[in-house]
Amino acid sequence: MEIFTKKSDQLLTSPEAEQSQKMQRRQVLRYAGVGTAAVGLFAAEACKKDRNNFTGVYLGSGDIGILNYAYALEQLEAAFYINVVSNSAFTTQFSADEQILITEVRNHEVLHREFFKAALAGNAIASLAFNFSAINFGTRASVLAAAKSFEDLGVSAYNGAGYLIQNPTYLTLAGKIVSVEARHAAYFRDLVSPNTFVGQDVVNVAQNGLEYEKTPQYVLGMASAYITTPINADDLPTS
Amino acid sequence: MDLLNIIEEIEKVDPEFQDKISPRRAAIKNITSFGSKVAVAAMPFALGSLFKKAYAQQSSSSIVGVLNYALQLEFLESNFYNAGLTSPAFAVMKGTLSQSELAGLTLIQTDENNHVKFLQNVITSLGGTPVSFTAANFDFTAQGTFADVYVNSNTWLAVASTFEDTGVRAYKGQAPNLLRNKTVLTAALDIHSVEARHASHLRQLRRNRQLVLGTTSANSIRPWITGANDSGVPAVAASYAGEDNVIQGGVNVATGLSAYNTIAGANATTSAQQAFDEPLDMPTVVGIVTPFFK
Repeated sequence: MEIFTKKSDQLLTSPEAEQSQKMQRRQVLRYAGVGTAAVGLFAAEACKKDRNNFTGVYLGSGDIGILNYAYALEQLEAAFYINVVSNSAFTTQFSADEQILITEVRNHEVLHREFFKAALAGNAIASLAFNFSAINFGTRASVLAAAKSFEDLGVSAYNGAGYLIQNPTYLTLAGKIVSVEARHAAYFRDLVSPNTFVGQDVVNVAQNGLEYEKTPQYVLGMASAYITTPINADDLPTS
Repeated sequence: MDLLNIIEEIEKVDPEFQDKISPRRAAIKNITSFGSKVAVAAMPFALGSLFKKAYAQQSSSSIVGVLNYALQLEFLESNFYNAGLTSPAFAVMKGTLSQSELAGLTLIQTDENNHVKFLQNVITSLGGTPVSFTAANFDFTAQGTFADVYVNSNTWLAVASTFEDTGVRAYKGQAPNLLRNKTVLTAALDIHSVEARHASHLRQLRRNRQLVLGTTSANSIRPWITGANDSGVPAVAASYAGEDNVIQGGVNVATGLSAYNTIAGANATTSAQQAFDEPLDMPTVVGIVTPFFK
């Protein structure tokens, strides 16, 4: 795919370099009382050590960074629904009607994931690792609660990142996906509790009927409860 | 009601661009008059900053045009719910809605009325004049196409569902016109997703009714859009035209992504249609809603 291969947006900084910058700052603080020469020495050592240990992903900057951010969230959702549908309890906990629709949701999320992966091509972050131990895939209530929170989080993430996108084609693609996520969210919310599709926890129902958007920092903080791979989002655009 | 006014308003954006650059054009002329050396050296920078300034942010009149278009659609929706849920003319229809259906529809009604107020305030704060409509401006039979909308809640819910799905497509279509505008684009996206939640809910109501009537789960309408018109109402085909698209970013996502095909199997095409909602441009949406305005 060619649409996302804008050269200027390619990764300019490796994750290692990013992390070592952080470590340098930290080291400077720690050894502030020591001489300047010593700081340099320790900082250099810290960099070296850290480079060998860093196992996370670096989202990048500009539109690539935002698309990788979306890719990370779609990876999370896809992995979750693959677990849901493949669990032996799926056919006993959900009605035949629900099974059809939830299987479709899984397909959508896998497609979103694969779409971003193909679109980002060489700029794509690696596959993330997840820990879903907080979710009981054997029970309907636990699965629905998690699905609801993932979908709501996804919608708030796309809404909050839209203005950071520079390329109108990417913005439209994000728009094509976010409304499907919102359809999912409303479906799961109504399954959890009827007529909660626009709950006041996600929509400013009292004042203007607008959904609450969230920043990448907030969203990644929430997602880190399930994503075990460290994510470096330091260079995501902020305006 | 002159719906085309709004399109004209948008088309005014380009002439205005001419006005905006004309003082600078004069400045460039002046530079030339100082002498050709200065002019040649200064020109590329002058042109560069000129275009940057002209295109860095949308003009407020183009934003107001987009917002008035959105406001017009919100008026249509809010008046539809206000009429259906409170007007005596719709009492027979309302009588066939269940208590649970009514409760959800009332939530949507509240949101749509709040969207109207919100957009009116934003347009006013931008120095624009909000468009205005009253109940008398609407014909919810769409000139007789939905003749039983006053008495048949199946029809009324089908129209509601179409309005929401069309609204989602309309907001989506305007997003590029608000590119990089933190305040207005974000607000539009925050409304866009709420319309999608409404659309999902209405589709669930219709699905539940179909299931009661014995339509199988596999054949019933989904919370998400499948194909080019899954509404079951031929008259609203224009609202769903293009929703069967599976080419995204130049790639056929129904067949071109092997890991997806492995998972989705025989449903790869339908799930690919569902996984992306498609935008609609302003003239198409105006064409769709025009029959509902007197």
